[in-house]
Amino acid sequence: MTNDNRYRYRITFTKDAAQRFTSHLDLHRAWGRLLRRAGLPLLYSQGFNPRPRIQLSTALPLGCTSEHELADIWLTEEIPCSAILERLQHSAPPGTRIIAVEQTALNEPALPRQIDAVSYIVQIDADLTNQELSSSIHDLLLSKVLERERRGKIYDLRPLIHELEISSDGMEHPSIKMKLAAKEGATGRPEEVLLALDLDPSTAKIHRILLHMVQT
Amino acid sequence: MHPQEIERLLQRILPGVQKPGRYTGGELNQVVKDWESVDLSVALIFPDLYDLGMSNLGLAILYDVLNQETDILAERVYAPWPDMEAAMRQSGLPLYSLETKHPVSEFDILGFSLPYETLYTNTLNLIDLAGIPLFAAKRQRDDPIVIAGGHAALNPEPMASFFDAFVIGEGEEVILEIARCVQSWKSSGHSREELHLELARIWGVYVPSLYQVHYMDDGTISRVEPLHEDAPFPILKRIVGKMPKPITRFIVPFIDVTHNRIPIEIMRGCTRGCRFCQAGMITRPVRERPVIEILDAIQEATKFTGIDEVGLLSLSSSDYTQILPLVRAVNERFGEQRIKISLPSLRIDTVSVELMDLLHGHSSRSGFTLAPEAATERMREIINKPVDTELLLETVREIYGRGWHTIKLYFMIGHPSETLEDVQAIAKLCKMILAEGRKVMGKRAKVNAGVSTFIPKPHTPFQWTPCDTTEQIVMKQDLLKKELRGKGLKLNWNEPGETMLESWLSRGDRRMSEAIYLAWKNGAKFDAWHEHFDFNLWLQAFEAADLDPAFYSHRERPIDEILPWDHIDAAVTKQFLTEDYLLSQQGKTRVDCRQHCFACGILPKYAALRRENPGEGWQCPEVRSPAHTSPESLSPVGTKQDDE
Repeated sequence: MTNDNRYRYRITFTKDAAQRFTSHLDLHRAWGRLLRRAGLPLLYSQGFNPRPRIQLSTALPLGCTSEHELADIWLTEEIPCSAILERLQHSAPPGTRIIAVEQTALNEPALPRQIDAVSYIVQIDADLTNQELSSSIHDLLLSKVLERERRGKIYDLRPLIHELEISSDGMEHPSIKMKLAAKEGATGRPEEVLLALDLDPSTAKIHRILLHMVQT
Repeated sequence: MHPQEIERLLQRILPGVQKPGRYTGGELNQVVKDWESVDLSVALIFPDLYDLGMSNLGLAILYDVLNQETDILAERVYAPWPDMEAAMRQSGLPLYSLETKHPVSEFDILGFSLPYETLYTNTLNLIDLAGIPLFAAKRQRDDPIVIAGGHAALNPEPMASFFDAFVIGEGEEVILEIARCVQSWKSSGHSREELHLELARIWGVYVPSLYQVHYMDDGTISRVEPLHEDAPFPILKRIVGKMPKPITRFIVPFIDVTHNRIPIEIMRGCTRGCRFCQAGMITRPVRERPVIEILDAIQEATKFTGIDEVGLLSLSSSDYTQILPLVRAVNERFGEQRIKISLPSLRIDTVSVELMDLLHGHSSRSGFTLAPEAATERMREIINKPVDTELLLETVREIYGRGWHTIKLYFMIGHPSETLEDVQAIAKLCKMILAEGRKVMGKRAKVNAGVSTFIPKPHTPFQWTPCDTTEQIVMKQDLLKKELRGKGLKLNWNEPGETMLESWLSRGDRRMSEAIYLAWKNGAKFDAWHEHFDFNLWLQAFEAADLDPAFYSHRERPIDEILPWDHIDAAVTKQFLTEDYLLSQQGKTRVDCRQHCFACGILPKYAALRRENPGEGWQCPEVRSPAHTSPESLSPVGTKQDDE
């Protein structure tokens, strides 16, 4: 296997309710297994314990679902995207739907570094009118600093919130749409936003709707 | 409770518990059937965490066998960790199955796997969480039939009060016979007692309520009395003549579990006859799988699961006749796909240099494991695991020389007649091995010594001997802790209290049900987990049940005593065990029984099965045609078979 024979593909997939408790690390392992089941010619890392080369997009908090996840994979043969799509769809485990496959340039930066923000829609389970929710969102957005503590560290949540609004999708419970920063060392977590709004994240349904790519 | 209601409660509970992925089901390759489309439902229950249970090959096989039948469904159940259990009890959520979230109480059969004794309190806890009466005698006609199997069931007596029936031996065939029996009983209108009788007529099924145990004044057993003419006596272990094809469509967990590998059994049973080893006695005869069947299974299982590690399982993998051709073929056929294999249980005297070379690149750097079990030649002769120390040292040189940094060594303390010198020798041997490693790779060399404490197990030549007392164990462990310290040396040991509990539970009689019940009632569970084990709770339970634990663990039992498990026939005869026990006391060993058959009892009992399966599969001598042979002349003493 020479370095010349490498091809990079980007896969768009979902993480549905069946897999909402699969951690990021476990998802990585699951992708290795999925690719092997699909019988794709994987590019392996060098070293004593070779692993197929896979990069996943920004980690999704445990318990959340997503309709927009990305994985970059490397193959040793060039294969039409449609054929890869078909094989992956055939081999995907419950809770993973393969949406699209496209070829990407080998020299692009690592996948997580190509993402700078993430959008979520959160269905909350609370007795709140839209009016009340709207006003607490308004207050939160007005504050200049939002000091929060996570794992013993104090940080400012406010600059990590790019957008925050009531979703007008007309669901049973009020929903909140939020766009949060997702850069290395500067990732906004949807549960933290809920806590800042005095809402209970454990009863909320957090769903990722979009990964925002860095504009090049 | 309706499955939808269970789903709804889970939605609420799961975000708040540790590792919620244990409790969801829904993984790749799980089998989901429509409850309306089947006549019989079986819950297969492993009474410990999902993480451990998902690696249990026995239940995976039964799941496959049952779900092959269109009119039967089987679903999985595991023990919730205490945080989940608390959430379940608080919200009124009953124990449920992973596949369709049906309450366990709605299944027709609950099949528990009992590979070891420290799962007994978890078993009671699960029956209780299911909302079913704990005691078999209290169950009504509509309650599920609660059965168990696995190695611990070879002495079923301590759990006799809680199960309708036990499977003694191998489950692949008998499970369907039991299922069909319960299926026809369901529509019959007959009583539960009548079902018990029907079950008892199946080979390998033990129904404890059909026997009464009588005791002498000193607490030993005077007689075990069958209460019905159809209750077999003794109850002969069930075996399969030929190992069925390996299963390959394994369920792929979403989360990290204990063993992330495909388990494939290459051989069942063991010909070595180590006297402490219960598995080696109760899984006889040795049956090997053909290489081609194993290779095809690896191919299929990796295709179905995508898992890249395969565990080639047996009690003594390097004794598998075709081990070298097998590993060579795996490398050839699956090297490209980067499939890694692991071979647990390699014997020092049969792990060849070529095998080490073939395994190189497979196992991770975590180490190479050998199990000398004892450190002096005298001790090894007593336990019938003779290994020349010089050969051991040569072997470790080869292992270190191939780049493995760590050698794990398994030893046991507490063997019969063991002295402190024998224990001291363990430390000395570990240091000698480390010194060999240092010669090869300097300071990087490591030795991990795992020193467990011997428990005399039922159906072994040591079943009569007492277990070491806590004081003896502590003294021996202190010696090792003092000696085995310093760079490159690591010592693991079992807490004496945990050993004591296992010795009581594995050697107990029927009266022990009461102690187990009381221990559970007072909060004992996850006894196999160090952080949950509470020794005092057990002492109190034995006292409240008016039983002396030492009676079970520390008494040298006379050869003619009726042992609580004597009516369970593991096919190895008491005469053979007695002879072997006496040989042990004289320091005499017996060779691998493939070289010389010692008439352990297997062949006369399974002569017909052996005849149906001629040739190399069984490692026992062939049995002549019945037309020319009377049962007595089947005695295979003296027949020899070449070791290939």
